[in-house]
Amino acid sequence: MTFQHDVVLVGGGGAGLRAAIAIAETNPRLSIAVVSKVYPMRSHTVSAEGGAAGVIRPDDSLDEHAYDTISGGDWLCDQDAVEAFVREAPHELLRLEHWGCPWSREPDGRIAVRPFGGMKKMRTWFAADKTGFHMLHTLFQTSLKYTNVVRYDEWFVTKLLVDNGRVQGVVAIELMSGKVEAIPARAVILCTGGCGRVFPFTTNANIKNGDGMALAYRAGAPLKDMEFVQYHPTGLPFTGILITEAARAEGGYLINKDGYRYLQDYNLGKPEPKPVLRSMELGPRDRLSQAFVKEVEKGRTIDTSHGPVVHLDLRHLGKKVINTNLPFVRELCLKYQNLDPVTELIPVRPVVHYMMGGVHTDINGATPLAGLYAAGEVACVSINGANRLGSNSLPELLVFGARAGRAAAEYASGERQLSVAVVAQAKDEEMRLGNEFLHKSGRRDRLATLRDEMQQTIEQSASIYRAGDALARGADQLRTLQERLLDVRIDDDSRTFNTERIAALEFSFMLDVAEAIVHSALHRKESRGAHQRTDFPARDDQRYLSHSMIDRRSDGTCHVEYRPVTITRWPPAERIYGR
Amino acid sequence: MSGLYTEYHPRWLRTRVSTYWWLERRSYLMFIVRELSSVFVAWFAVYLLRLIRAIAAGPSAYERFLQRSAQPAVLLLNLATLFFVVFHTITWFNLAPQAIVARLGGKRLPGSLIAASNYAAWVVTSVLVGWLLLGT
Amino acid sequence: MADRIALQVARYRPERDSDVSFQEYEISYAKEWVVLDGLNYIKDRVDGTLSFRWSCRMGICGSCGMMVNGEPKLTCETFLTDYGSGPVRIEPLRNFPIIRDLVVEIGDFLRKLTRVKPWIVRNEEKPLGEGEYLQTPEELDEYKQFSMCINCMLCYAACPIYGLDQKFIGPAAIALAQRYNFDTRDEGSRERREILSGHDGIWGCTFVGECTKVCPKNVDPAGAIQRYKLSTAVEALESFFLPWGGR
Repeated sequence: MTFQHDVVLVGGGGAGLRAAIAIAETNPRLSIAVVSKVYPMRSHTVSAEGGAAGVIRPDDSLDEHAYDTISGGDWLCDQDAVEAFVREAPHELLRLEHWGCPWSREPDGRIAVRPFGGMKKMRTWFAADKTGFHMLHTLFQTSLKYTNVVRYDEWFVTKLLVDNGRVQGVVAIELMSGKVEAIPARAVILCTGGCGRVFPFTTNANIKNGDGMALAYRAGAPLKDMEFVQYHPTGLPFTGILITEAARAEGGYLINKDGYRYLQDYNLGKPEPKPVLRSMELGPRDRLSQAFVKEVEKGRTIDTSHGPVVHLDLRHLGKKVINTNLPFVRELCLKYQNLDPVTELIPVRPVVHYMMGGVHTDINGATPLAGLYAAGEVACVSINGANRLGSNSLPELLVFGARAGRAAAEYASGERQLSVAVVAQAKDEEMRLGNEFLHKSGRRDRLATLRDEMQQTIEQSASIYRAGDALARGADQLRTLQERLLDVRIDDDSRTFNTERIAALEFSFMLDVAEAIVHSALHRKESRGAHQRTDFPARDDQRYLSHSMIDRRSDGTCHVEYRPVTITRWPPAERIYGR
Repeated sequence: MSGLYTEYHPRWLRTRVSTYWWLERRSYLMFIVRELSSVFVAWFAVYLLRLIRAIAAGPSAYERFLQRSAQPAVLLLNLATLFFVVFHTITWFNLAPQAIVARLGGKRLPGSLIAASNYAAWVVTSVLVGWLLLGT
Repeated sequence: MADRIALQVARYRPERDSDVSFQEYEISYAKEWVVLDGLNYIKDRVDGTLSFRWSCRMGICGSCGMMVNGEPKLTCETFLTDYGSGPVRIEPLRNFPIIRDLVVEIGDFLRKLTRVKPWIVRNEEKPLGEGEYLQTPEELDEYKQFSMCINCMLCYAACPIYGLDQKFIGPAAIALAQRYNFDTRDEGSRERREILSGHDGIWGCTFVGECTKVCPKNVDPAGAIQRYKLSTAVEALESFFLPWGGR
C-alpha cells in the first residue's frame, strides 16, 4: 500500500478543490489526495456560466436570500442548512476574489451583481458569462500552492473501501497504465458532481455519470431526493449546450411560435419590457420548463428537425449589452447554431441540467457512513430542495466544499488505524475489474446500445411530467439493462488508456443512479418543484414534507423511506411568482 | 506537488520533428525567411565597416571599393540584402502591435496606429538620411 | 440525405504497435456534426478500441485538442462540413508524447504551470472583513484576455520552438504568468521573473506567432510573451542606469 493519505477527495472540480484547500489550511500536516478521472481544469464546474449568489448589497439581507432559496425549493430545503449557506456564501465568494477570481466590477471597482431567476434582489456575482470557468481555474491555480495536496490525475475510482461501517479509502484504476491500486485514507470526500448523462438530452459533459452517488449507494450510504432532476429551460437543440439564465436576467424574452411571451399564462406574472425579479422569465426553472411542456401540448411551439423549441429573444438588448455581459452566449450561438443573437431568435428547449438529489449529508457534509463525506452537486444537504435556484450551486460548491473539508480534516486528524480487511477488499476489486469487462465471451450488445436504451427509458418514465405506470415500467426496463450489462460487448482489451472499459464502468454507475431516480419518483405520490406527477398533481405537505431516502439492501433491492425536512423560521406556504 | 507525473514512460511514443518542419506551413516558412535575413544583415554590417575603412584609407582605396561594389555578384548580394531588410521590417512592424500596448487617456490605442507610427518613423528617418546624403 | 466522409485516424496501441499507423473509417454524418461527433460515432458503433479525450463538447474544458488535417483544433468546435467529402486526417496533438491513439501526455505543461506561480502573490493579505480588492473594469481588462486560457495545449502543438526543444516553457504558461503579473491584486512579478527570464524562459521565443493563430480563445500568448520581453528589457536597462531609482 504505497499510496496512503489522510484524506482522499474523489473529484477535482469546484467542491473537490475547495475542500482540498480547506483541509490544507486547517491542518497543514495532513496528506491530501485529489483523485480525479480527468485533469481538474476539465471538471464540469468549468462550463457554468451565469453566476454565484451571495448577499452583499445594503438593500439585501440573508433572510431574503434564504426565503428565495426555500420558496424556490418548494419548501423541501433544510432551513438550518440554508441559513448556514446564505451566511457563508458571501464570505466564500469574497475569499475567492482574494485568490484572484476575476469577478465583474462596477465602475468604482466594487463587485458587481446581476439579477437572476427566482431571486427577489440582485445578489448574483458573475465573471462575464464564464463564472464557473473562472472559479474553477482560480481554485485550481491556487491549489497548486499547497505542496501537501497530491494529485492523481486520470485515476478512476471504482469502489469505496469499507470495513466495520467505516470508509477507509478507495480503489482506483490509473487510466494511463490500467493498473488497479488501493488508496487507503482515513476519510474520503465525494465531489464527483451530478448525473446528467443518465438522460439523453443534457447540458452536462460526458464525465457527469453520477459516479460518487453510485459509489456511496453501493457502500451502503443512502441517496436523498433522487426524484428531483432539474431541467434548465434554455438549452440549444441537438447539442444541449446551455444558454445561461443570465440571458434572461439581462432581459431576454421567451416566446412561442406566435411571438407571444407565453409564461404569462402560467401564473408567473405580467409581461413587462424590462425584467422583473421573481416574475416571468425570471421565475424558477421548474415552472418555466413545465410551461414549455404545456405549450407543446397546446401546439404553440416551433417544430424543428430536433424536436419542438421555443425562442429566446435577445435582440432588444442591443449589441453592446450582449457583447459585454453575454459574450459567451453570442459565441456559442454563432458557432453551434449559425445565428447571431443580436439579430436573430435563439431556438431553445428544456434540457436536464442539475441533480438536486444526491448522497445524503448533514450540514457539515458528513454521510451516515463514518469517514465518508460529500460536497457539491453529488451531495444533498439539502439546500436546493425540490428545485434549485440559478446561481446557488456555485456558492454551494465553496460553502460545503469548505465545510466537508474541515469536517473531514478533523476526523482524519484523530488516531485511526486502517483495518487489514481493506487490503483483501482491494485485491478482490482488482480481480473483479480484471474479469468484468476485459475477457468476455458470448458478447451481445454494444455499450452504446445499452446506454441509449437507458436514456430512452428514463426519458419516457422520469421526464418533466411523470406517471406511476410509466415509472414502474421504467424500473423493470432498468433491471433488464443491469442483466444485459453483464454480457456487454467491449472491443477494447488493452490496458493502456482503455476508455471503453471506463465507459462501461461509468454506465454501470449510471444504471444504479437511474434506478434510484425512478424508484424515488415512484414512491413520492405528490407533485412538488421539479417532480410533477400527472396522477398526483397537488403538493401534499401532510405526507410528503420529507426527503425521500433510498438505499440498497444486501439482497440488491432498494428501499425508500422518508425523513422530515428541517423547518426553522419559514413555515410552508404557497410559492408565489409574478405578484 | 504531485509526484505522480512520470517524466518518462517506456511506452510513450515521441514522434521526431522532421528536418524540414519549416516547409510544412506557410507561416513557418515566412518565419524562417525572416530569420534568414539576419545573415544578409550581417553581410551588410561587414560591408559598411569595409566602406568606412576604405574611406579612411584614402581616395584610391575608396575608388577600388566602389569598383568592387559594382561587380554583379556584390550588387546582387546587396540587392538581396535590401529585399530581406525590407521584408523583415514590414513583417516586424506588422507584428509590433502585439508587443506594445499603448494607452492614451485610459483607452487602448488600436494596433494599426502603432504599426502606422512605426512606418511613419521609418519614412521620416529615410527622408532625413536621404537629404543628408544627397542634399549636401 | 446524409453525407459521407472518410476519417483517417492515427492509431497507436503500445502493447502491440511500435509506431503510429492510420485507420480509415467512412461514416455518414449530419450537417451539425463536429469532428468529435464523428469520433464518437466510430467509438460507439464501429470500433470501440479508439481512445480519445473529451468532456464538455462546448469548447470550454480544453480536453479535445487534436491535429485535424495538420492543424491543431478543438474537435468539439470543428465542423465536418468544413472538410467537404474529406478525407479528414486526425492525429494526436503534436509535440507531446503519445500515450495511446489520440491521447497525449500533458504532464510537462502542468509542471511548468506550477513553476510560474499562477496564483495571487502578496506580501500582506487583506483580511476578509475589509472586503474586496477594488479593481475597476479597466484594470480587469488589462489581464482579462490572458485569463481566458482553457489549457487546451493547441499553442504548444503549434509552437515550433517547443517542438524542437521540450524544455521551452511554452506559450500558455507564459500567458498565465502574465495574467497574474497584470492583475492589480498581485505583487508577484519579481518572483516570476526568475523563471520567465531564465534558461528555457521567454527568450527561447522567436516570435513565430503560431500560438496566437491557433488559440481558440483569443488569449494571444505571443503578445503576452513579447510584452514581457519588452517590459523585462526595459526593467533591466532601468536597473542598470538607475540602480538606486524606482523600486
